[in-house]
Amino acid sequence: MPRPATSRLDVRKTYKLYVGGAFPRSESGRTYAVVDGKGSFLANAAQGSRKDARDAVVAARKAFPGWAGATAYNRGQVLYRVAEVMEGRREQFAAEVAAAEGVTARVAQSTVDTAIDRWVWYAGWTDKIAQVVGNANPVAGPYFNLSVPEPTGVVAVLAPQRSALLGLVSVVAPVLAGGSTCVVLASEDRPLPAVVLGEVLATSDVPAGVVNILTGRTAELAPWLAEHRDVNAIDLCGGDPEQAVELERSAADNIKRVLRAGEPDWTSDPGLLRLTAWLETKTVWHPMGV
Amino acid sequence: MPFDYAPAPESRAIVDIKASYGLFIGGEFTDATDGTPFKTISPSSEEVLAEVSEAGPSDVDRAVKAARRAYTGVWGRLAPAERGKYLYRIARIVQERARELAVLESLDNGKPIRESRDVDVPTAAAHFFYYAGWADKLDYAGLGPAPRPLGVAGQIIPWNFPLLMLSWKIAPALAAGNTVVLKPAETTPLTALLFAEICQQADLPPGVVNIVTGAGETGRALVEHPDVDKVAFTGSTEVGKAIARAIAGTPKKATLELGGKAANIVFDDAPIDQAVEGIVNGIFFNQGHVCCAGSRLLVQENVYDEVLDSLRRRLGTLRLGDPLDKNTDIGAINSAAQLARIRELSDVGESEGAQRWSPPCELPEHGFWFPPTLFTGAGQSSRIAQEEIFGPVLTVLTFRTPEEAVAKANNTPYGLSAGVWTEKGSRILWMAGRLRAGVVWANTFNRFDPTSPFGGYKESGFGREGGRQGLAAYLTRGGPGA
Repeated sequence: MPRPATSRLDVRKTYKLYVGGAFPRSESGRTYAVVDGKGSFLANAAQGSRKDARDAVVAARKAFPGWAGATAYNRGQVLYRVAEVMEGRREQFAAEVAAAEGVTARVAQSTVDTAIDRWVWYAGWTDKIAQVVGNANPVAGPYFNLSVPEPTGVVAVLAPQRSALLGLVSVVAPVLAGGSTCVVLASEDRPLPAVVLGEVLATSDVPAGVVNILTGRTAELAPWLAEHRDVNAIDLCGGDPEQAVELERSAADNIKRVLRAGEPDWTSDPGLLRLTAWLETKTVWHPMGV
Repeated sequence: MPFDYAPAPESRAIVDIKASYGLFIGGEFTDATDGTPFKTISPSSEEVLAEVSEAGPSDVDRAVKAARRAYTGVWGRLAPAERGKYLYRIARIVQERARELAVLESLDNGKPIRESRDVDVPTAAAHFFYYAGWADKLDYAGLGPAPRPLGVAGQIIPWNFPLLMLSWKIAPALAAGNTVVLKPAETTPLTALLFAEICQQADLPPGVVNIVTGAGETGRALVEHPDVDKVAFTGSTEVGKAIARAIAGTPKKATLELGGKAANIVFDDAPIDQAVEGIVNGIFFNQGHVCCAGSRLLVQENVYDEVLDSLRRRLGTLRLGDPLDKNTDIGAINSAAQLARIRELSDVGESEGAQRWSPPCELPEHGFWFPPTLFTGAGQSSRIAQEEIFGPVLTVLTFRTPEEAVAKANNTPYGLSAGVWTEKGSRILWMAGRLRAGVVWANTFNRFDPTSPFGGYKESGFGREGGRQGLAAYLTRGGPGA
């Protein structure tokens, strides 16, 4: 965090949750101390609870029909708007990333730039993915037959633990690009960039509830999301590999779509893996005749 | 007014059923080393057709090893075009032996010969023919250059469309370059075992296709085998969940095609006669043993009487009886266990206050039979409106507005299929966009084609079968960083 040069006392920010478009504290009243790479105190982050997780799922479900029903062009513009607003806060994000990840200012700046560009990349996908993964099917009969991708629904995301911003954007943006909504557990030890991202989302025309960000203990909150019957899919990306096995078992109870734990190199080409993971194929038939 | 029909039985002389069958492993029929043999019966007569081996864990292990050897030694190295030619051969032999397969399917499964002859077997051949052509075109499948097969696929199929489900599983897997171990359902193993002979006739390299017979324990051994790379399952949601749990924490990939409780929605402007045919086809095709069956009829309130009168009249003309009779519309229920489940849920429907109706219908003395049945006056939350019955039982509900139809149709943990009947094109597209189901049939129902992806939303499973999407389920991206 930048320190003031003068004797003026800086106004610190309260880092809260981002649920349903608002910034509540945890209903549990709990917080936990977040420190930087050297162990110095940064802030008290909200320590989300089971109730917060369930509220977040309700908000994500409520937002789903509107987001899924928005035109792909509209979703693309909203995602591009996120990049625009982030761009205006480049320095703030760089400072947050440097503090959270303990990297140099140069690396932090480059990470932020890649994160902004990732929003732009996914913004462009919203109105192209259907043409790439959907198709007409030449059935052997007098029928019109078309397969199109549709969003899966509510996706729970365990954000990467190390890459607090770029990793986070790389797992959240594809959910949004495909038309799903999400509940995100931010990096447990590096949650502050996620909260700032929430502030960007709240001011970028992303409808309330489309992204909900919880900070707190991943191992405590993840099981509630993995078990939740109104969650359709889960990205175990930043989950503890051992706990992730248990989470995958819980996810089977309502046949959630699952991406297994593991953090790739976030600076490389993301490909379509995370975009298509949260898409369903719908096939529509209609007879042809006069 | 029912017509009188003279019996028109298809001859079963074309089928040569052996007294007992071993397991098809490494290109040969071999005796099981563990497991207790079991009998497969004809559900329409309870006649024992054959004794079949039960594959135990060591047999499954042998089959997976044979598949692995074939994958690394032969199939994975074969020129893709040659792989495709084997599949073309298989498609042709299925066509050549179509009548034999159809009769055997109807004997072992109980489905009408009209359906096995006109739907199951030709569509199975079409699946092999379609995927044969993909074998040397994988670079164009949308997965980037040089996508790779997954390895050994463990495949478990249900009893409702035994040969057709086999083709849905084996054809894309082999085209993509995988080898397979397939377990047919314990009540319907015979067409899979005949398919093993077809593999021999086609000179398919030993081990590329292995067939292990048995029940749930055999399936479990296959799913849990550490050298299986891909699990493909069609069956109940309950077993699907167990499989998803079993492969948690492993690198195994899965395709699950599970249960359904499809809404078939009839608007007041629909052509009622066509809609009634669609309703009948939707729920009484294959005795309702169809995961995507239109088991919940949603009728717009102002045409309820007209639709129901017409539907009752039509049900009165359905002919139930000998599956091998070419005039039969409704065959036998596949097993005593399934019959018990249909009876139980139907009794629950009555006890929960719904009105039950069946046309006058004489049931044969032997075998497992259930008459076509309608339930009216059922609540949205009643078990017959929520649970998959998997039998010839239709639950009728009503709606007033399109929004209500959508809300009721989506009010289920399942999401496999849905039907919409209306003359208004914009309404069809509006509905199709809002129904949370993997297949939407508009002014038709229960259509299947190898080029057309099939599979569910929500608890109806994940992954698709058919089309390019069905091929992708057996491939992984090639190239650097894959």
